[in-house]
Amino acid sequence: MTQITPELVAEHGLTEEEYGRIKRLLNREPSFVELGIFSVMWSEHCSYKSTRIHLRKLPTKAPWVLQGPGENAGVIDIGDGDACIFKMESHNHPSFIEPYQGAATGVGGIMRDVFTMGARPVAMMNALRFGEPSHPRTRHLVSGVVSGIGGYGNCMGVPTVGGEVNFHKSYNGNILVNAMCVGLARQDKIFLSAAKGAGNPVVYIGSKTGRDGIHGATMASAEFSEDSEEKRPTVQVGDPFTEKLLLEACLELMATDAIIAIQDMGAAGLTSSSAEMADKGGSGIELDLDKVPQREAQMTAYEMMLSESQERMLAVLKPGREAEAEKIFRKWELDFAVIGITTDTHRLVVKHKGEIVADMPVTALSDEAPLYDRPHARRAPATGTPAFDAARPITASLKRILAAPDMCSRRWVWEQYDYTVMADTVQIPGGDAAVVRVHNTNKGLAITTDVTPRYCKADPYEGAKQAVAEAWRNITAVGARPLAVTDNLNFGNPQKPEIMGEIVAGIDGIGDACRALDFPVIGGNCSLYNETNGEGILPTPAIGGVGLMTDVHRMATIGFKRAGHAIILIGDTKGHLGQSIYLREIEGREEGRCPPVDLAAEKRDGDFVRKLIEKGRVDTVHDVSDGGLLVAVAEMALAGDMGADIGVAGLPDAIPFFFGEDQGRYVLTASPEEADRIEGELRHAGIVHAIIGKTIAEKVLRVEREGEISLAALRTAHESWFPGYMAGEEIPPTN
Amino acid sequence: MKSAVIVFPASNCDRDAAVALEQMTGKKPNMVWHQDSELPDVDLVVLPGGFSYGDYLRCGAMASQSAVMRAVKAHADRGGAVLGICNGFQVLTESHLLPGALMRNANLKFVCRPVSMTVEETQNAFTRKYANGQEVSFPVAHGDGNYYADEETLNRLEGEGRVVFRYAEGQNPNGSSRNIAGILSEKRNVLGLMPHPERVVDPLLGGTDGRGMFESLIETLS
Repeated sequence: MTQITPELVAEHGLTEEEYGRIKRLLNREPSFVELGIFSVMWSEHCSYKSTRIHLRKLPTKAPWVLQGPGENAGVIDIGDGDACIFKMESHNHPSFIEPYQGAATGVGGIMRDVFTMGARPVAMMNALRFGEPSHPRTRHLVSGVVSGIGGYGNCMGVPTVGGEVNFHKSYNGNILVNAMCVGLARQDKIFLSAAKGAGNPVVYIGSKTGRDGIHGATMASAEFSEDSEEKRPTVQVGDPFTEKLLLEACLELMATDAIIAIQDMGAAGLTSSSAEMADKGGSGIELDLDKVPQREAQMTAYEMMLSESQERMLAVLKPGREAEAEKIFRKWELDFAVIGITTDTHRLVVKHKGEIVADMPVTALSDEAPLYDRPHARRAPATGTPAFDAARPITASLKRILAAPDMCSRRWVWEQYDYTVMADTVQIPGGDAAVVRVHNTNKGLAITTDVTPRYCKADPYEGAKQAVAEAWRNITAVGARPLAVTDNLNFGNPQKPEIMGEIVAGIDGIGDACRALDFPVIGGNCSLYNETNGEGILPTPAIGGVGLMTDVHRMATIGFKRAGHAIILIGDTKGHLGQSIYLREIEGREEGRCPPVDLAAEKRDGDFVRKLIEKGRVDTVHDVSDGGLLVAVAEMALAGDMGADIGVAGLPDAIPFFFGEDQGRYVLTASPEEADRIEGELRHAGIVHAIIGKTIAEKVLRVEREGEISLAALRTAHESWFPGYMAGEEIPPTN
Repeated sequence: MKSAVIVFPASNCDRDAAVALEQMTGKKPNMVWHQDSELPDVDLVVLPGGFSYGDYLRCGAMASQSAVMRAVKAHADRGGAVLGICNGFQVLTESHLLPGALMRNANLKFVCRPVSMTVEETQNAFTRKYANGQEVSFPVAHGDGNYYADEETLNRLEGEGRVVFRYAEGQNPNGSSRNIAGILSEKRNVLGLMPHPERVVDPLLGGTDGRGMFESLIETLS
């Protein structure tokens, strides 16, 4: 019997106080296996002990929300008996240590979260943040993460339809890999994880259990240091082939009515799946580890309970249905074993080699897990309007911005993802939101991931608001109605009051924006301790949004389509250069106030734009975001391979007008007559707008009084950076 | 035209092939499991894209040894039409129903993009509705599509008019010898190609250039 020493407790990431709480809950010292179980279940990653108290403030309800936070993924009603199930989750720490496997298993894990609820995954997105390009590890990490995401998703046959890639030195020692999965199910075929009732068989399905990933959840709940390389063995290894079989086998079993509850074995594997299922079902579970399919000989109970081997599920079946289920899993050549039974004791009991190695109340692992209201200090937001050199030529700046690492084409990335498999991708990467058709219907799901970490650093509250607003705007810009979000909150060490302040402000910002835009949060994930040697990342609350369009034939895209059409700008342009891409890339400074979001104007203006698209009056729309107005126009020109003549009467300052990042704006095109009608309606609605020019057949972007630049020159600049960088071209340090 | 789509473990374009076949022929294809040793009575067998058996050995190598492939070979020997797309093409070369091999893409990366190709041959069941020399665009999505055969075999393929699709100049996505995208068997009843015709039968999905292949098959086999 292993002696529990204070050192052992500390190695398990538990504080002295938390260990005292364990002893009180058990009325005795825990066994070594129990200590391991508490350590993972009470880890930040599994228990949300620093954030739970704040996450409760988020709006989670709407008439179309069928399942909010608390299950493996959230569920929304998309009409006609169809449901959309989605969630985003991080795999940051493993991806930094072992980028291919870390990213691959991140994709696999989030897919299981979605198909364990009965949905067929239909689209993947991701939000990736890397260190600065000149950092010696960045290329290796980009290359590994992108091929890992592709390697897993492509084999699964689920299209990866878009995402974000950013570079910043704050991620040099701690990259972010957030993966989002969207699935479809029928509303009457949604499976939950509540293991209700006693005497029901608990079955194990999927891959065998090995020694990989032990303590992954604990690793993900600590800061990195110089010796993080030594943690490589805690990274799991993915097998997308087995996952594909598991997906098909689970969906086949789900077509029967044999299942009471089912949950994937993600972080903390067998431990968290069994404890959470018993907790939600108000039951108990008794496991016999001798029955667990094992990949390696002589595995201990501790190793089996803490293994994070991939591609495994735990299900509770109706009694007597085991043979029927087993037949399905044998057909797909997967392991299947009855490893336990539900009980009415409200206890998690684990037996191994005839001995009880753990016996604890289920609530000790859930309700009784620590809950902290950690001290938080709100830092004053960055303020001020930065100065700029008004003499710089606009077209040269535009070209430089379009070639910047954060702004250039991501084609090098997304061409490594199969984005057309399943034959329903109607809007491919490169637009405002990806759109996948709901199979066999004309409905479409618009999907986006968004956050602008530099805004969040300047002002965590406004930045988080902006992330939600931008997701809402991107979905609106393709013509879909935004329905719900999943959030992936990536922050530093919550035990530092200034970091906890960022977290609390970020959650408040998300909450206020989601309430104002009727865009509830239906699930998510927190990734804290994103620090290396005490240096935190930029606060990065990534938002994954989903919207619905009723007719994919009326979808808007960003590319110009017809010459001679008016270019209309909707929304107010004050010329906000604080925290802008222009300031960073051209003036070399990151400073000033971040652009504020007026949520009431956001909603009114976005609803107006969406109606134009839904009625088929416009089909060319782009939101204005990073880089500002001229960058948006250039992207529309490049996507449509068609030029534009831009001229605005009485401009005081061209640079802030063309490169300011004022929020809540859209650029759209319409025939001159339709533009007249739209202008009249905009005036009537009191919406700030302007006609800023027209599309032209000539492949050139011409700005009155400022000069012109060919689309060919812009395209070369826009498309060259990523492939050149990955091929090893020298990149000077950014600062 | 009656058709069958073979389903290997981790085939993942089986549904896409079935949807395209149903859309084009009005009839649902038979879905045939890899462990079945007999085929239903069909005119066309489709080996779909995907990662059969995980492609952990050479792509298509495990699938070529499966029970169903004996039946597919027998169908081909009888002169029955077989269409192998992407992973299906890899299975066909591993099964020696087509010559050559598909190696890792020259740049070692998976590639997904629409590519332009020319239709080089129209005297066969698969492409008769296209014009000779017609330029078409199909998407590719593969990591191992780099077609290789020795010079003698390549010369023979060219000489016998068995190179059906060739990537347009500058569009070769994987380093294939002589820009070869798709080839026919000696008896011209087996076609393997890396690009995906089944993903371009619906204008909403970026084009309808793939329809010609299904129309050709319907005209020939119905």
